[in-house]
Amino acid sequence: MMRIENLTAQYQTITGPVVSVKDVNFQIKDDEIFGIAGESGCGKSTLLKVLYDVTRYPLEIKSGRVVLDYTDRTGKQRSLQSGEISKAWWDAISYVPQAAMSVLNPVYRIDEQFYELFRRHRAGEGEKVMRERVVQYLNELDLPVDVLKAYPHELSGGMRQRVVIAMATFLQPGMIFADEPTTALDVVVQKSILMMLMELQSRMKNTLVIVSHDMGVHYQITKRMGIMYSGSLVELGPTDDIFANPLHPYTQMLIGALPKVGDRTTREGISGGPPSLRNPPPGCRFAPRCKKARPECTQSVPEFVEVAPGRFAACHLLNR
Amino acid sequence: MPNNLLEIQDLTKEFRIGGMLSRKKMRAVDGVSFSLPGDRPVILAVVGESGCGKTTLTKMVLRLLTPTSGRIVLDGQNCLSRREIPDSRFRTLVQPIFQNPFDSFSTRRQVIKYLMDTARTYGGAKSREEAVQAVSKALKSVGLSYEVVDGKYSTQFSGGELQRISIARALITSPKIIIADEPVAMIDASLKINIVNLFKQLKDEYGISFIYITHDLSTAYYVSDYIATLYRGNLIEYGPSKDIMEKPAHPYTDLLMSSVPHVGERWARGVRMTDAETREYTMTCCRFSNRCPYATEECRRERPAMTGLGGERKVLCYHPLVKAEE
Repeated sequence: MMRIENLTAQYQTITGPVVSVKDVNFQIKDDEIFGIAGESGCGKSTLLKVLYDVTRYPLEIKSGRVVLDYTDRTGKQRSLQSGEISKAWWDAISYVPQAAMSVLNPVYRIDEQFYELFRRHRAGEGEKVMRERVVQYLNELDLPVDVLKAYPHELSGGMRQRVVIAMATFLQPGMIFADEPTTALDVVVQKSILMMLMELQSRMKNTLVIVSHDMGVHYQITKRMGIMYSGSLVELGPTDDIFANPLHPYTQMLIGALPKVGDRTTREGISGGPPSLRNPPPGCRFAPRCKKARPECTQSVPEFVEVAPGRFAACHLLNR
Repeated sequence: MPNNLLEIQDLTKEFRIGGMLSRKKMRAVDGVSFSLPGDRPVILAVVGESGCGKTTLTKMVLRLLTPTSGRIVLDGQNCLSRREIPDSRFRTLVQPIFQNPFDSFSTRRQVIKYLMDTARTYGGAKSREEAVQAVSKALKSVGLSYEVVDGKYSTQFSGGELQRISIARALITSPKIIIADEPVAMIDASLKINIVNLFKQLKDEYGISFIYITHDLSTAYYVSDYIATLYRGNLIEYGPSKDIMEKPAHPYTDLLMSSVPHVGERWARGVRMTDAETREYTMTCCRFSNRCPYATEECRRERPAMTGLGGERKVLCYHPLVKAEE
């Protein structure tokens, strides 16, 4: 389980700090697929970086913390805080990046890259066991064993992404983060990769965190989801409930803008763009684009509260 | 029968693959034919995965690549001949919009200069004042204004705004056809609909026909009048969007449709899917036969011919999912 407590993270720039994750508070439970949605520039990738503990300059945690509770290989309960989470990389927590080409080493064959991972984390189990395990794991995932002898450039984009997912899940981590895992891919390949992630999750009973701007992806695979706007969470709850009855006006507009197969009635997009993080508007940051905005919306920041059991939202209209 | 605005007949492009001396050829676009009617504006969506030949097809229509064989007829004239349609006239008739607006504009040149250049060179503006007028009119029709855009560089706009500006640029010459190559692929899902709505509006207001190239079937259905599905260089299905979406005839169109992560119905779990392969380009039988759940001996032996299904629909398949009307 991962607890995110009052997290605020900022980038240091020449003209002063830019806060790109602000007062975020939520929990990611065990054995679930959790989705984080939002437009580009809303801070979802920064949030993921902080959760995965890659906070390097100029990114820094200003306040709050992230706590990861997990059971290690020997069955012992452990608890790590931000700053230490990197110790559990690959074993307890792993990451599937957006562009698979840029994380595979172009001058090594795939098998060497698998073995290196194995040697670092499972040293002492012997070369032979290692080779067998890798082949067995690929078979389990229905990936052709030929890919082991291939260089990354010889594989198609979809296959590369599958290989990266295979590597990230090989040591059976309890928590996997995926940042826009299918953005650059075609619909057909996208579906097969999402299906692969879902199947892995149901088999390993671990936690999968998916970041995507595509609400359709969230609907298809996540169980719970959070919606981010301008650095903060504006809504969080079970995916089914959010789609059936969105609480925050931003979520309502996001869902309303989705084209549907079989429905050609005119849909309305969201006008305007997200506010600048350097100079955020006072009060609710969505107020300038919100059709339901009232005078109080531009004056005070709405609190992120539990509106119904398990459902959180930050909107003045809900507190009345 | 009225003259077609654009007619593409048996268009083929071959590329040589392998080393310098290799004779091996790959047909990236193989005998594609379709047309845009001349009597009313339409939006034609060309859908398919990456590597299906969509971009090669657009490049040929835009005169950026010379076809190996086939004909393109624009407004009754042979479009492949620069004598019949000089470049200067061609560029006023046909305008492109590309995938990534940040690649279309240099970061070191003010965006407005591109629009002014288009107005002066192809838009027929004789003076700066006329050009400014034409540019403001174009920007207004995409919901922006000259004052907002003037003096800014591409990095000062968001992706959605910049894509609107590239649409405005295309409008300046009052073209008959706009060819949009994956115009919303780089844009957030929430803003996609704004761009697509703009196409509909421009079609109705200015009578511009669109060729909308995409792999996103949900927006294709939302906006288009006709859909053409490409697979490995072959046109495999063509027809009115409504009919295709209600009942796709080709198993591949069906696969594409069921892969869209839309809201409302969840995917069946535990379905295995295969990847596309480049090998398929050299196949002489039906190129989808390796992945097709309905493939028979016949499909692996010889390529089917384009068959009509009644009305305007046609399909390249031995076993279409929709039976031909008697």
